[in-house]
Amino acid sequence: MKVTVCIGSSCHIKGSRQVVEQLQYLISDANLDDKVELGGTFCMGKCQKGVCVTIDDKFFSVTPETTKEFFTENILNKVK
Amino acid sequence: MHKFDTNVQHLKYKVLREVARLSWADELLENILDIPNRIITDKKPTVRCCVYKEKAIVAERVKIAMSGNKLNPNVIEVIETACDECPMGGYEVTNACRGCLAHRCMDACKFGAISFDKNHVACIDKSKCKECGACAKVCPYTAIISRRRPCENACKIKAISMNEEKAAAIDNSKCIACGACVYQCPFGAIMDKSYIIDAIDIIKKSESNTKYKVYAVVAPSISSQFRYAKLGQVITGLKELGFHTVVEAALGADMVADSESKELVEKGFLTSSCCPAFVQYIEKNFPELLPHVSHNLSPMATIAKYLKDNDKGCKVIFIGPCTAKKAEVQKESVKPYVDVAMTFEELQAMFDSKDIDISTLSESFLENASYFGRIFARSGGLADAVAQGIREHGDTEFELKACSCDGIEECKIALMKKSKNVLDANFIEGMACVGGCIGGAGCLTHGDRNKSEVDKYGREAFEKTIGDAISVLK
Repeated sequence: MKVTVCIGSSCHIKGSRQVVEQLQYLISDANLDDKVELGGTFCMGKCQKGVCVTIDDKFFSVTPETTKEFFTENILNKVK
Repeated sequence: MHKFDTNVQHLKYKVLREVARLSWADELLENILDIPNRIITDKKPTVRCCVYKEKAIVAERVKIAMSGNKLNPNVIEVIETACDECPMGGYEVTNACRGCLAHRCMDACKFGAISFDKNHVACIDKSKCKECGACAKVCPYTAIISRRRPCENACKIKAISMNEEKAAAIDNSKCIACGACVYQCPFGAIMDKSYIIDAIDIIKKSESNTKYKVYAVVAPSISSQFRYAKLGQVITGLKELGFHTVVEAALGADMVADSESKELVEKGFLTSSCCPAFVQYIEKNFPELLPHVSHNLSPMATIAKYLKDNDKGCKVIFIGPCTAKKAEVQKESVKPYVDVAMTFEELQAMFDSKDIDISTLSESFLENASYFGRIFARSGGLADAVAQGIREHGDTEFELKACSCDGIEECKIALMKKSKNVLDANFIEGMACVGGCIGGAGCLTHGDRNKSEVDKYGREAFEKTIGDAISVLK
């Protein structure tokens, strides 16, 4: 599973660093390091919907507050 | 015209704008011979002997705007017909000399070149004069002046001399492509080659970023440029030009500060590798010091490498204040990462070639780097960032003794001392341009305010530490 978080300017201001940091922690906490590849990209062209995240090309709009929920629903539950 | 410091820049801009305009429309080749007529529209000459010479010189400028003479490896080129063959009198005594009693000039001259005529006026014997300038410094009437050519005066590393035809000639074995002569020649006879047609070609062939994405990497000195608009509007303008998105070179600077501070603690002595003109200067004059040059790529190349590693097939265009970057991107170690390097001058021409008035656009964000990455744009910033890097890594035992060299003359002194092992510092920050990158030849405007603009831009950074700025990249 490839998870890509937008770290471009617009998403950065909306908290992409916090989203990345939380995902890094949650992924390693759930021992998913070898199953989930976390990456960054600069701009997905949907700046209004930031923080933009894709999972294998499927688009999600995430905030630092909803990261945990997003992780459980779309990463943890899918990867198992 | 408030966009430029001088008319020379304005003329160069007009040529670039025309070349860009025709490039976008795929009409450059058919119209190339007509460009001089479009630019020189007056019936009477404004600087040269006749309009035909003015047009001939514009034709030469067009060539350089289209990447210039391919046989000349230097990115800085002399337009011989545009060189006004300024007199080169060296030091001369003017009629301000009052024939005083003190004769400080004679005492100051170590070469016995000064004597006095029957009216007690000082005379300089050219055969003895070494052009040290000591006499001019001590004259209480400032009666002794230097008649050196502006290009030679600008070139602190003495790479410019006069050829047999009395035109300026650049010694490529010495030139570091800093562009000081380009900015200083009052006749615009020295130009930096432009690769904007390559940039336009890359943007066009991306088919609106569908074939591949085109990234603009902008240098932090951009904060001191385009003053007639807001930085956010410049960013929107870049997207209107067809870039997928804009990334701060300052984020590359954060990455460099992070690894360079580690490298410094490990090795104990280092010189910076950010300024390509400084690195070229070491290569050409102090090869024995090359092992001490930081192994980091420059901030531009570092962030470009990250972009290319994470988005295979993408293209990266760097936009900055620097002419030496154009030489840097031709290096084997940098070539794979940066496709084109261009200047703020060229960016202004590109905006106007598409009739984009950035002052009317909405603002976009530019938010990737920390304060420390951003202040790389001015002298002293790199050393501050390395000090911060050391702090953030918790290397408390290491005592940083930085020597920040503002301009190539200071670089020369520091390197000389280091080669003789008498330099009291463990880190040399080398910036070839006075003031740092904000003094670069490719800037639209130069001035005292630029430093405070860069500092302000630094303070506005969303991320406050180097570690936070680069944490998203891991």
